[in-house]
Amino acid sequence: MDALEQLGKTFFDWEAMAAVLPDLLTVGLPNTLMLALASGIIGTVVGMVLAIMGISRNRVLRWIARIYTDIFRGLPAVVIILLIGLGLGPILRQITGSTSPYPLGILALSLIASAYIGEIFRSGIQSVEKGQLEASRALGFSYSSSMQLVVVPQGVRRVLPALVNQFISLIKESSLIYFIGLVASERELFRVGNDAASNTGNLSPLIAAGVLYLCLTIPLTHLVNFIDNRLRVGKKQKPEPDELAARIGEGAKA
Amino acid sequence: MTTIESGTLTGQNLHLSFGTNHVLRGIDLHVEQGTTASVIGPSGSGKSTLLRVLNRLIEPDEGDILLDGRSVLKDNPDELRRRIGMVFQQFNLFPHKTVLENVSLALRKLRRMSAGEAREKALAQLDLVGLRHKADVRPGNLSGGQQQRVAIARALAMDPEVMFFDEATSALDPELVKGVLALMADLATAGMTMVVVTHEMGFSRNVSDTVTFMDGGVVVESGPPAAIFDDAQTPRLRSFLSDVL
Repeated sequence: MDALEQLGKTFFDWEAMAAVLPDLLTVGLPNTLMLALASGIIGTVVGMVLAIMGISRNRVLRWIARIYTDIFRGLPAVVIILLIGLGLGPILRQITGSTSPYPLGILALSLIASAYIGEIFRSGIQSVEKGQLEASRALGFSYSSSMQLVVVPQGVRRVLPALVNQFISLIKESSLIYFIGLVASERELFRVGNDAASNTGNLSPLIAAGVLYLCLTIPLTHLVNFIDNRLRVGKKQKPEPDELAARIGEGAKA
Repeated sequence: MTTIESGTLTGQNLHLSFGTNHVLRGIDLHVEQGTTASVIGPSGSGKSTLLRVLNRLIEPDEGDILLDGRSVLKDNPDELRRRIGMVFQQFNLFPHKTVLENVSLALRKLRRMSAGEAREKALAQLDLVGLRHKADVRPGNLSGGQQQRVAIARALAMDPEVMFFDEATSALDPELVKGVLALMADLATAGMTMVVVTHEMGFSRNVSDTVTFMDGGVVVESGPPAAIFDDAQTPRLRSFLSDVL
């Protein structure tokens, strides 16, 4: 067997891929999606709270947001996942009797995501011109109504691309949950692929898992580009009637 | 337009500092209901800050603000600002909302009007500034002059007792200035109480009832337009006028 053939066998063993595909689709994919979606939603909500606290006029709130962000953005994801998963696991089991690693996995991922998303939202909100808040206050809106109706919607719009990027990394980081131990039905994409790879001594199942990750992340990447472009160029406008008239006029001159 | 029965505005001995920078040093300003007061003066003289203090976007360090003879410093500032419309140099329209939504937002959320009522009122207000046909457009697709007219409609929709204009034409291309100034002059003629911070000396002379000249955070001279423009008493006003006229 020459080297090329061996490489092909190691990475692209179609039979091995076909064997793992049912598990990937029925176990791994739903679990990965569930982890990413749940922590994405929680991370977005908590991130917004952090952002609002971070620009608050109350110094204590600002500090809390700052410290939270520094810790959970500054630590490696796997450290947080292990500390939360292994540290709080027994306590959770005592209280609820549940042995599922998912609540703590989602908690750990949400802690990380919210720290990043908070910074994304804060930078977006702070990029909105001061005049917007001023105009809203001048109309008689309170500070919180002004933020809610005028400033935050504009700020969020500006950082949508960065936000989607964060969702992409969340999908990838959800693979680290395997560190806290998963039973067969709890495995997400990476773990399903990796188990099959270890069992068969062939990396093709992992390639299959990778392809499924790409199926999730590549559309999101393009969504980022689309949003980014839309935000920069704006929706295609119908030209104004007088613009049209001017162009028709030019035609007549020529 | 509804006639407004109140709107006499008085600022008394207003002081404001930002750190060591004493921006307002005891300003007195009295605007009788139904009149237009223009405030002129060099850049950095505190004119725009004065407007923001008068509607308590910035709280004064010292002094009093009276609306119809009653101090408003103890009132809820949000409620005070609903009685005072403000138009900005940079328009400050909400770019994520349509023209109609810009005008109707405060009607719906603050006046608690139904969507239909607010829409009717906003459209009527847009009609007044000649932009009803732009109701569903985003502000970014309008010219500066159109944007400023929408901003005026937005402020007027709240039926303010007083209107503030903060260099409302300074950011406009020259050919667009006229339309906005004409609209302001119409408002003044219709009996709106207005405080106009402006660099448009023609407007100040022809439309306003009183002119206040500020420099370095104090009122240097104040009086009817003829007294200010034709009979300046102080060297500071004379030198300012010779620079701008």
